[in-house]
Amino acid sequence: MRNFWCLFVKEFRSYFNSPIAFVVITIFTVLSGYYFYNIFAGFSTLSFQAQTNPMLVKQYGALNVTESVIRPLIGTLSGVMLILLPMLTMRSFSEEKKTGTIELLLTYPVTDMEAIMGKFAGCMGIFAIMLALTFPSIILVEVFGDPEWGVIIAGYAGLFLMGAAFISLGIFMSTLTENQVVAAVLTFSCLLVFYIISYSAGLAGETIGRVLEYLSFNYHIRTFVKGVIDSSDLSYYLLFIIFFVFLSNRSLESKRWRG
Amino acid sequence: MINVENLTKTYGQARGINDISFNVAKGEIIGFLGPNGAGKTTTMRILTCFMPATSGKASVAGYDVFEDSLNVRRKIGYLPESVPLYTDMQVPVYLKFVAGLKGLPRKQINSRVGEMMEKVGLTHMAHKFVGELSKGYRQRVGLAQALINDPEVLILDEPTIGLDPRQIIEIRSLIRGLGGERTIILSSHILPEVSMLCERIIIIDEGRIKAMDTPDNLMSQLHSVARVQAKIAGPKDLVLEGLKKIGGVHSVDFKGSAASGTNSYTVEFVDGFDGAHLIPRLASEQKWDLYELTPAKMSLEDIFIKIVTDEEVHV
Repeated sequence: MRNFWCLFVKEFRSYFNSPIAFVVITIFTVLSGYYFYNIFAGFSTLSFQAQTNPMLVKQYGALNVTESVIRPLIGTLSGVMLILLPMLTMRSFSEEKKTGTIELLLTYPVTDMEAIMGKFAGCMGIFAIMLALTFPSIILVEVFGDPEWGVIIAGYAGLFLMGAAFISLGIFMSTLTENQVVAAVLTFSCLLVFYIISYSAGLAGETIGRVLEYLSFNYHIRTFVKGVIDSSDLSYYLLFIIFFVFLSNRSLESKRWRG
Repeated sequence: MINVENLTKTYGQARGINDISFNVAKGEIIGFLGPNGAGKTTTMRILTCFMPATSGKASVAGYDVFEDSLNVRRKIGYLPESVPLYTDMQVPVYLKFVAGLKGLPRKQINSRVGEMMEKVGLTHMAHKFVGELSKGYRQRVGLAQALINDPEVLILDEPTIGLDPRQIIEIRSLIRGLGGERTIILSSHILPEVSMLCERIIIIDEGRIKAMDTPDNLMSQLHSVARVQAKIAGPKDLVLEGLKKIGGVHSVDFKGSAASGTNSYTVEFVDGFDGAHLIPRLASEQKWDLYELTPAKMSLEDIFIKIVTDEEVHV
């Protein structure tokens, strides 16, 4: 536990010793702010128009701030995460391999699992800051409207789990190569596959379609943004994380017998 | 303290090390000597649990490096050849991080880091990032991280490589000061360094142990062959012939002539016989002028080359 803590602190700090953390966090907040502005401003224009033209309400369904602002915001945040989180995870083991520091790390009395979890937690720390910095948008909605907090909390919980899943896959990819770009590309493409895999669900047969749907990130975030925390979605993300942490552990361990 | 039995490591087709066995007693300082690619680093990486052996056994402080890797890693301090440190950390922050990982009690960490920095001469670099340090200072940080938990076994891969002469002297005296309680394995291809620091030398070449003994024994082993350098003024061919005729001479070599008209020769006697006194006798009989007669000692360098090349060395 102490080793884990030391590694976590070191990882977390090292993101700030290079520009990575600042760049990723800034871009994430700028992009999410931009999306939020467009969604929120669009919604308020629509609300004004609806005052004079009640038919609009019929056309768009209920003019509901949770439905029309919070839900699309969380959807876009997950898209931005898809692009930015591989940039955070790509260095974790690749850089250590490239610079040779892994030789010292693995000859310290630290288990492979502690090393992985330390890096995982360090990344999660940065990711938590990223998510927290989108919160002013939610507060703005709260000031001017009346969003449902259940949906917000469930939605952010969903995003948090999804980010953890992205990070676990990214760390696994970085154990495979000493090239950071390769790690980032592999992570991004795998995540993208999981992101869009449900697109072909409609074309496939019923059983395969359901499997494809179940594998997709989007399918599982959908219930979270409805304010529902379903155990099947929870277990999807948790299994995903555990699976890739396990693979990372195996990948590091294999170095000890493969040489 | 360290037991290595029939250790073999292959990289695909290539052999890293081949059937290496040796023991190191507690408190002993031993040196690995060998040309580049001989297998020194591979052996050290196996001992530090970074890499598995293909076959054979190795144990450190009674723990097997493969089965009990965590316990072994608690006992050792390791300085890899390339000194891979986290360049984006400040020196004391880095050392505190290592101290934490090596399980030093929280309360001792600060004082221990300060103590270590003073010991290796880093106190005035406390505000710097590791990446800003020169090679010599990085080496010191590397040593400090290896020593931070006061390990029983120290494994140092080329600890003085790439340093300037003054730094080399400093690091050497530091290492010498560490001996006694600790068991130290260090590798080097600088021979005087090894003979100066180590109680025992293991010469490795092409993955095999070629020789293993104290520096003195290694020297005396080959010292049975006596050689002298003679500087003589006289007709070259006659002198050569005359020297060869001395009883007990194994070979004579002409080494070149100086402007003063003297010629230099190396005379090697047969095993176990030193006939240097016969040369002045010959010179006075023949009325040649003998300017110089020096015993040509075999340096560790020669021994090393002799052992790794397996052929006659001419000095």
